[in-house]
Amino acid sequence: MSADPTKDKERIGVYVCHCGTNISATVDVENVAVWAKDKLADDGVVVARDYKFMCSSLGQELIERDIEREGLTRVVVAACSPHLHENTFRGACHRAGLNGYLCEMVSIREQVSWVHTDKIAATAKAKAMIAGGVERVIENEPLESLHVPIHPDTLVVGGGIAGIQAALEIADSGNKVYLVEREPSIGGHMAQFDKTFPTLDCAACILTPKMVSAGTHPNIELLTWSEVERVDGFVGNFTVTIKKKPRYVIEELCTGCGICWEKCPKHVVDDVFEAGLGYRAAVYTPFAQAVPKYPVIDTENCTYFQRGKCRACEKFCPTNAIDFTQTETYISVTVGNIILATGYDLFDARRVVQYGYGRLANVFTSIEFERMCNASGPTNGEIVLRDGVTPPKSVGIIHCVGSRDRNYNNYCSVICCMSSLKFAHLVKERTGAEVYNFYIDMRTAYKDYDEFYQRVLEEGTLFVRGRVAEVTDAARGPGEEGKIIIQAEDTLIGKQRRIPVDMVLLAAALEPRKDAKEVAQKFGISCSANGWYTEKHPKLDPVATMTEGIFIAGAAQGPKDIPTSVSQGAAAAGRVLNRIGRGEIELEPVRATVEAAKCSGCRICNNLCPFGAIIFHEDLMVSEVKHALCQGCGTCVAACPAGAISGSGFSNGQILAQIEGMLMFDQPANLLNLAEMALA
Amino acid sequence: MSEPFEPVIIGFTCNWCSYRAADLAGTARVKYPPNVRLIRLMCSGRLDPTFVLKALSQGADGVMITGCHPGECHYIEQNYKAMRRYLLLRRTLAQMGIEPGRVKLVWASAAEGVKLAKEISTLVEEIRALGPLNWPGRVKMATGGNGTAVSAHISQEVTA
Ligand SMILES: Cc1cc2nc3c(=O)[nH]c(=O)nc-3n(C[C@H](O)[C@H](O)[C@H](O)COP(=O)(O)OP(=O)(O)OC[C@H]3O[C@@H](n4cnc5c(N)ncnc54)[C@H](O)[C@@H]3O)c2cc1C
Ligand code: SF4
Ligand code: SF4
Ligand code: FES
Repeated sequence: MSADPTKDKERIGVYVCHCGTNISATVDVENVAVWAKDKLADDGVVVARDYKFMCSSLGQELIERDIEREGLTRVVVAACSPHLHENTFRGACHRAGLNGYLCEMVSIREQVSWVHTDKIAATAKAKAMIAGGVERVIENEPLESLHVPIHPDTLVVGGGIAGIQAALEIADSGNKVYLVEREPSIGGHMAQFDKTFPTLDCAACILTPKMVSAGTHPNIELLTWSEVERVDGFVGNFTVTIKKKPRYVIEELCTGCGICWEKCPKHVVDDVFEAGLGYRAAVYTPFAQAVPKYPVIDTENCTYFQRGKCRACEKFCPTNAIDFTQTETYISVTVGNIILATGYDLFDARRVVQYGYGRLANVFTSIEFERMCNASGPTNGEIVLRDGVTPPKSVGIIHCVGSRDRNYNNYCSVICCMSSLKFAHLVKERTGAEVYNFYIDMRTAYKDYDEFYQRVLEEGTLFVRGRVAEVTDAARGPGEEGKIIIQAEDTLIGKQRRIPVDMVLLAAALEPRKDAKEVAQKFGISCSANGWYTEKHPKLDPVATMTEGIFIAGAAQGPKDIPTSVSQGAAAAGRVLNRIGRGEIELEPVRATVEAAKCSGCRICNNLCPFGAIIFHEDLMVSEVKHALCQGCGTCVAACPAGAISGSGFSNGQILAQIEGMLMFDQPANLLNLAEMALA
Repeated sequence: MSEPFEPVIIGFTCNWCSYRAADLAGTARVKYPPNVRLIRLMCSGRLDPTFVLKALSQGADGVMITGCHPGECHYIEQNYKAMRRYLLLRRTLAQMGIEPGRVKLVWASAAEGVKLAKEISTLVEEIRALGPLNWPGRVKMATGGNGTAVSAHISQEVTA
């Protein structure tokens, strides 16, 4: 009824699946097929069949044979959801020489037989939906997947364990990697730790060799103290502008001897690496094993930069590597794929005011405690109170600080139960103190984790199940004088308890990086409601994103431990290598296209595209969609006032025809109501 | 007639969340009334108001627009654009003498099969209460013109 009369009529085949009895129990499939052949003949339906299992090889052959013998030019399969079998039937068409995009699926299982009970109404609905599919398929156009060549170089952003792993995997395969890290050294959070659960191997012992490999690998160009400024282009061919902050140290000359930071007269609290627990000079590397070994000058604290005098480092540097005149430089690199491994930030424990962090001296955060335990940390590995000398006799460890709490973060930070158990073990082992762990639920899933919990239980750590109400120094009795008192409900005995201790450790939550949203925007990906980068599929595609060519790995995707971060780094690298190996990728041809002749140059579409896929040609005053960047959402198609943008696969023509088809038997003119349709 | 009025409703779903919610409702065998027929778009941002007007003018008594929850659109934030268009569309419908309640916007994640089914059931009841649309009569009365001219006007206003 809607087909263009000047066009040759399409020859359409309609296939109605029984799906065993999944569909046929609720939809009268034979009746539907007979009806389609009869009532939709005017629209071009020349074959209509029902079959037990359309997706079986026999079902597919049925379609293939009809395409060949009946000369079908369009196919409609009424069966399950297209998310299940669209590719199956496209493949069948393709084998018989018909472009796969000339096949349309109608979901009469998920949307009809499984959700309705009345057979008459369900059959009528199936017919209306098939009519919609038939009208739509007439408007379908043959499409070819887009082929995009892949530049073999890769950008990895973030040099934590996830980013290092990803970079090494790719570099080892012989391909070039740019590893961009914003801090002076790679290593991420793991570099701050002493021991790692559940095996308690020393973090530096397993991390340092990887850092060194990344730093010396001939295929890795390490860009520390650097940040990505801009990303242009698209999958296969991104142009990335990277800002290199001035180090004030000439890398080619510096040997990393360390004389400058020994001679620097200025010492400041190191809030980043030492988490405020230790000091560093104004010219520094964050830690002894830093990669690269070159220091940076922190201009905000450098006496020369602040007062114009000093230059001690310059004087003493044996290789004349200090250069106060350095400025920011920008470099531009071309890469085919990008992996974001920017990690997490630690929750600011000050926000839970009742736990006293920042007010009570001997309340520490988990990261402070990691530094304290570390043999090369501010206390040389001694577990001591804030005075720097007194070992604690009793320690309280509070789980879930800022996690699983409606006031802060609803989610579980995954690693804090395990890191708290690790702390309990270390305190016991090194000080013999009494240890209390306050937990809501003990979450020790994954290999060897629960065994570690058993071990800590056996070591005599005391566990109190319940959320801590308050941490205070207001003593109520002589036993509490000079102590910090943890007040909590012990839900296992159903009583409030007050436990006086010398030291409190807060297992602070993992949070998305403060700038995660901005970074996501820069790379054209999205963040979940909680702020973590969104993966393409939460189960089946956890390291890809909706933006082609951008992958994510590690804690930036959500809280996780080191083994999972490493696995994701390797997984993302695997995805990238697969593309480099093939040299090109195929993209779904669902894309928007501007018809230049119709475009009025209003530029309304330009800012609508979330992927920056639409460029404007000033000279011609028309817009153009870059197909490799377009993800096919169709927003610009819907917005263009001139109707100049068409969306392949989801064109206005297709959708309007589908609406018309779905409703054509309801119009009063047809004098057919739902019941009559079912009986026809 | 004594039989209850069975409204016909066209539903637009986005490929990533709400269409998958419909898939899930199916897999979980959640029941809802058969009055809604769904059309898949890639994203709720693809929804051209013309589609809604077309559906209403061709015999639908109501339209349901569905997409991912705010902040969860797979194309970053196109569902916000859908929301803006929807609000304007409701105003336009009111000007045309058509109850804005005939068009409803619903967010449903891929996990919310039950929610989608509930929303469909509710909308069917709401439209049943409003009665048949009789589009041509109403539009003529309210605007003296045709509906599609109005829709181009909405697209423009939304994006400007
Ligand atoms: C107290 C504590 C103890 C823990 N103990 C253990 C343990 O014992 N065992 C275990 O398995 N896990 C442990 N974890 C978890 C562990 O920290 C993480 O699993 C791991 O660090 C995640 O690695 P990542 O590379 O994803 O992120 P990160 O370690 O956070 O690294 C991210 C890197 O990216 C850089 N970066 C960020 N943004 C940008 C940007 N825009 N541009 C350039 N660079 C950027 C950062 O500077 C950083 O170097 C612990 C966590 C905490 C808080
Ligand atoms: S919205 Fe349409 S007319 Fe305006 S610039 Fe974009 S393509 Fe051209
Ligand atoms: S369809 Fe979506 S992704 Fe493609 S150009 Fe238009 S707005 Fe951008
Ligand atoms: S993809 Fe679902 S609303 Fe955009």
